[in-house]
Amino acid sequence: MTLLSVRDLTVKFGTRGTPVTALHGISFDVARGERVGVVGESGAGKSITGFALMNLLSRPGYIDSGEILFEGKDVTKMSDREIRRLRGNRMAMIFQDPMVTLNPVLTIGQQMIETLRAHRRLSYDDARQISLVKLKEVYIPSPEARLDQYPHELSGGMRQRIVIAIALLLDPQLIIADEPTTALDVTIQADIMELLLEMCRSNMVGLMLITHDLGVVSQVTERTLVMYAGRIIESGKTRAIINDPQHPYTQGLINALPQQTPPGTRLRQIPGSMPTLSTMPPGCPFNPRCELATDVCRARMPEITQFGEVQVACHEVKRLHAELAELEGAQ
Amino acid sequence: MTPEQKDGPLLQIRNLEKRFDVDSGFLESLKFRGGKLRRDTRAVHAVNDISFDVGRGEAVCVVGESGCGKSTVARMVANLLTPSGGSIHYDGQRIDTLRGKALLPIRSKIQMVFQNPYASLNPRMTIGQTLEEPTRYHNPGLGSGEIRDKIAKVMKSVGIDPTWAARYSHELSGGQRQRIAIARALTVDPEFIVADEPISALDVSIQAQVLNLMLEMQEAHDITYLFITHDLSVVEHFGTRVVVLYLGSICEVADTRTLFSAPKHPYTKALLSAVPSLNDDSPSHIRLKGEIPTPIDLPPGCPFQTRCPLANARCRVEKPEPFAQSDGALVACHAVEEGRTDAGMTLQEAV
Repeated sequence: MTLLSVRDLTVKFGTRGTPVTALHGISFDVARGERVGVVGESGAGKSITGFALMNLLSRPGYIDSGEILFEGKDVTKMSDREIRRLRGNRMAMIFQDPMVTLNPVLTIGQQMIETLRAHRRLSYDDARQISLVKLKEVYIPSPEARLDQYPHELSGGMRQRIVIAIALLLDPQLIIADEPTTALDVTIQADIMELLLEMCRSNMVGLMLITHDLGVVSQVTERTLVMYAGRIIESGKTRAIINDPQHPYTQGLINALPQQTPPGTRLRQIPGSMPTLSTMPPGCPFNPRCELATDVCRARMPEITQFGEVQVACHEVKRLHAELAELEGAQ
Repeated sequence: MTPEQKDGPLLQIRNLEKRFDVDSGFLESLKFRGGKLRRDTRAVHAVNDISFDVGRGEAVCVVGESGCGKSTVARMVANLLTPSGGSIHYDGQRIDTLRGKALLPIRSKIQMVFQNPYASLNPRMTIGQTLEEPTRYHNPGLGSGEIRDKIAKVMKSVGIDPTWAARYSHELSGGQRQRIAIARALTVDPEFIVADEPISALDVSIQAQVLNLMLEMQEAHDITYLFITHDLSVVEHFGTRVVVLYLGSICEVADTRTLFSAPKHPYTKALLSAVPSLNDDSPSHIRLKGEIPTPIDLPPGCPFQTRCPLANARCRVEKPEPFAQSDGALVACHAVEEGRTDAGMTLQEAV
């Protein structure tokens, strides 16, 4: 049984006029212990996906249709009580900025113990012991002292380690990490990513890593979903997507990286910018920026089609593959 | 070398220092210690004794982690902050002591582009007004028509339709805003642009657009850049020379190619190894142990000693001075000077 199965998830935001659609019926699975990367630019719907999974969407955002099956049960149909039992316990979330995530007026120990005792019948001392063990697991030096410190006394990297320790407290099956290292420096980012990878591997925890950094995705994840304007436009094995991207947007995203062109020359930029939710073009959302766009692309949204190891939503890729197959058939 | 030489480097920074007082008022600085009331001011040592040059037409990148003083250096060069010590010479003229009217000609030569285009553009001014203000101020002789023409030309050159002059900045996307911020710097025909993380607030596909624009402007207007960034892949692409800062001190200054092919300072090595590349299957970086000391209580000796795998007794007492290497790189490290790097490499690999 897959750990998480999202089917046709549609998220809308109610505005004064007609509601705008932030997620257009996305579907994907996360297997037990699998590490999945979600890549895209800001406004692509990555964080909304994470929030929807944890049922953290608040007004004016709401889940319009679709199901989120976590361990076989539909999260969208659960009562608040059931969701509270799930959240933090079976699935946990790590947010971007560790300074905002941690409560500044509670010590690290209080926050960890509170989380533990909210979900399990534990004595204060037992909860403290478990907290200590978890802090040691994420390589916090002198964990005993840290328990009685406040978040502001710790560095950014240390805080994010503690956030990871809190996320791991109740041995969740799935961790949703929303840009966990964007607020941190490169040397610290590398440490945190290595730690996340190790934690997920050794505890068989599923990871959904939301990021805009393709380098990070390539290091940490096994499978990648590329999002654009509220849709998954390409998904598949991370290696396959990085080495041989199919969708013109994914290709553009990878080619635009400075390391893909010789120093001093022009970068291969994608013209234009992503449409906003209220100015979505008809047809494929990428068509105004796409070099390959045809009249079909401007009229109709392409469906997701499987090509070898990857799934792509693009008319042109589909046409090219069909032509290739025809050529091979003729031979 | 005297800074007065006209044919020397365009920008010369010598022994630059900046301290920020932590205790702002007189009462705050009073401390009760050992039964006595004492006056004791603490300061953040943001920049300590930095010297480097920027030649004409260069794009010098200053890299380092947050809190290393790179933005402070940028602001001092752009004359937005007054140095606590040292000097900055631009084209042979000392600029850090200039005040008031004397500063005007320098302001039109050195312009700055800020990190966040959402904060650096005035939301209550239209694009036209934003661009008109510096143009009018620095070219008092121009008539309204000429100013309008100039603005239209600059807008076209950064790829923004001049008819957008009536729009407000909230109507534009992040990439478009950063184009306007660059256009604003270009309206006064600067020779030198200080860019403080101009692309880190933007998305990957937009970053490429803005970087390309900056490269084009460099070719079209012969602009020299001081580029502040934390993104090393951008440095490799854009910079001609790199200054690596750590806790307000210089670790290494080298040509971009030299730095990326043969980094010498242990911090530079760690920094380069931490950049995630597309070809990596798993993280494989040099792990730095230890914490970054606060810039309030800087340890004596090398600022990197607390995290350095090569640190020894000498590093803890004596601050290393940058010295030249055979390939032209300047490195401030006792271990490199003494040739202790080989032992260090095995140490790093063992970590």
